[in-house]
Amino acid sequence: MKNLYKILLVTILIGAFTSCQKDSRPNYQYMPNMYEPVSYETYGEYEVFPGKQEAMLPAEGTIARGESAFDYTDSEADYQAAKASLKSPLDSTQVDYDKAKGLYSIYCAICHGNKGDGNTSFSERDLIIPGGYDTKDITIGSIYHTIYYGRNTMGSYANQLSEEERWQVAAYVEKLKADLQK
Amino acid sequence: MKQVIYRNLSSRFLLLGLIALLSFSSNHILAQDADPVAGKALFRANCASCHKLDGPMTGPALRNVEARLAEDEGLDRAWIYAWVRNSAGMIKSGDAYANKTFKEYNETPMTPMPQLEDADIDNILAYTAELPPPPPEKTEIEENGGSSDNGASNKLILCALALLFALLAAGLYLVNRTLRRFANEKGIALASDDEEKRMPLWKAFVQNQFLVLVTAIFLLLASGYFAYGWMMQVGVDQGYQPYQPIHFSHKIHAGDNKIDCKYCHSSARVSKTSGIPSLNVCMNCHKSISEYSGDVTLEYDKEFYDSEIQELYKAAGWNAAEQKYSGEPSAVKWIRVHNLPDFVYFNHSQHVTVAGVECQTCHGPVEEMEIVYQYAPLTMGWCINCHRETNVDIKDNAYYTKIHEELSKKYGVDQLTVAQMGGLECGKCHY
Repeated sequence: MKNLYKILLVTILIGAFTSCQKDSRPNYQYMPNMYEPVSYETYGEYEVFPGKQEAMLPAEGTIARGESAFDYTDSEADYQAAKASLKSPLDSTQVDYDKAKGLYSIYCAICHGNKGDGNTSFSERDLIIPGGYDTKDITIGSIYHTIYYGRNTMGSYANQLSEEERWQVAAYVEKLKADLQK
Repeated sequence: MKQVIYRNLSSRFLLLGLIALLSFSSNHILAQDADPVAGKALFRANCASCHKLDGPMTGPALRNVEARLAEDEGLDRAWIYAWVRNSAGMIKSGDAYANKTFKEYNETPMTPMPQLEDADIDNILAYTAELPPPPPEKTEIEENGGSSDNGASNKLILCALALLFALLAAGLYLVNRTLRRFANEKGIALASDDEEKRMPLWKAFVQNQFLVLVTAIFLLLASGYFAYGWMMQVGVDQGYQPYQPIHFSHKIHAGDNKIDCKYCHSSARVSKTSGIPSLNVCMNCHKSISEYSGDVTLEYDKEFYDSEIQELYKAAGWNAAEQKYSGEPSAVKWIRVHNLPDFVYFNHSQHVTVAGVECQTCHGPVEEMEIVYQYAPLTMGWCINCHRETNVDIKDNAYYTKIHEELSKKYGVDQLTVAQMGGLECGKCHY
């Protein structure tokens, strides 16, 4: 009987220790004041910010360093204007098709397909069917406008691609369209 | 003989006639009725980016559009031809229904399709007039039923085993008790009753000094080992797996659908942090995908995933019925899984873009994780180890060529590791 009590005690103790470990909770730290930042951390939650969110949108009209203002607004009229007259600031030597292809395969190919023909695993399952670039009436200006603001079900990629990267991708899309129409 | 020849001839004529009849009749069908198969291809190439067959998208649903327009609005095929080729012109001309639809769909103009011939539009209309396919047989549920049966039978076996052991224990206890009773009745002294006469085991142990010494050393070593193990895991969050406010499955997104990590975590390419994507990135695809259609498990079924997509819509303020952002958006309190202490600096772009390290090297098989957990310990020893073992790709790096050459000479190696290029300097990460 005594043995039984001892075994029970050990089981309870082991249980008590192991039950403290939980994967859904972070582990304890030696000295939290060396681990936890004093400054505001990315995505942190602090009283001083509106909505307690450290992650905030840049002030209206901000232009990121190294980028330039984009004068076309998100309207149909400006889309048509961009389509007619907006030209790439990159000349033919500045377009790096390898780099553009890398970016295209990350951000665009998932819906538009590696060749721009719209054949993807999404289109096979009738989830997202964008159609091929060859059927679309697009220019480099309208491509850039679409990447910047999005169009119809496509969203804006302005926060994922920098200005220069957007122009690179737009040039690559033009090349894909030309290849498809060959 | 002659007769046979004639018969042959006549049958040949019959065959020719049949072929001619068949070919003419098929031509006849093509001429009169549109081809839904060709229509499907045209629909997918030209219409599907904005129109679904069932349910609204950027534009209205197109199933049976011709019949619905004819019945509800009294509009004929000529109206559809005109609309498809130049909807903006029709809106300008003041066509009542054209203006109504335009307003209803957030004044998004339809891309004009002047390249479509009448026959093309006929084909598309034939495709939209097809009946929807019957809902797929629910085979998955049967599979699930099978697996749940499996689980149930496992439990049953375990229960039976537990019962068996309980019976065995009870049997042993009863046998023991009966035997003791017999012994008592017959006056036999049990061995345990004369234990007091012998020296107890622990006394013998204490008197043997060598044994005590060995045991003490062993105990010290063992406790040292466990104390070390316990202290080394303090502050290490390997295996940390919090539940997120919206159940986002990396397995479905990065695994099944092969979306590149950098699609959502785009700032890992260019900045210190690998950003948590804002909800507009989710909506790039989820504007079109409002239902889950992949494999399901017992724990996570289609209803569960669909409800999580609805949670996303709620947080983003997206109204799926009206296809626009009309609700009040709210921030999602994602829980950060990977945290480095404040006293160490780590930069994602340096590793992802400059070094070209795969995300999985540090984050593990994220594409297989239904719920993400911390794969690597993220301790300093772990960082240093990788810096010692990883060779740096120094090709085509003109700016540093001279330094690389000199370093290679200094260490007498062809391939420089991160450590040899200063990757072990304290000040690299701690400042």
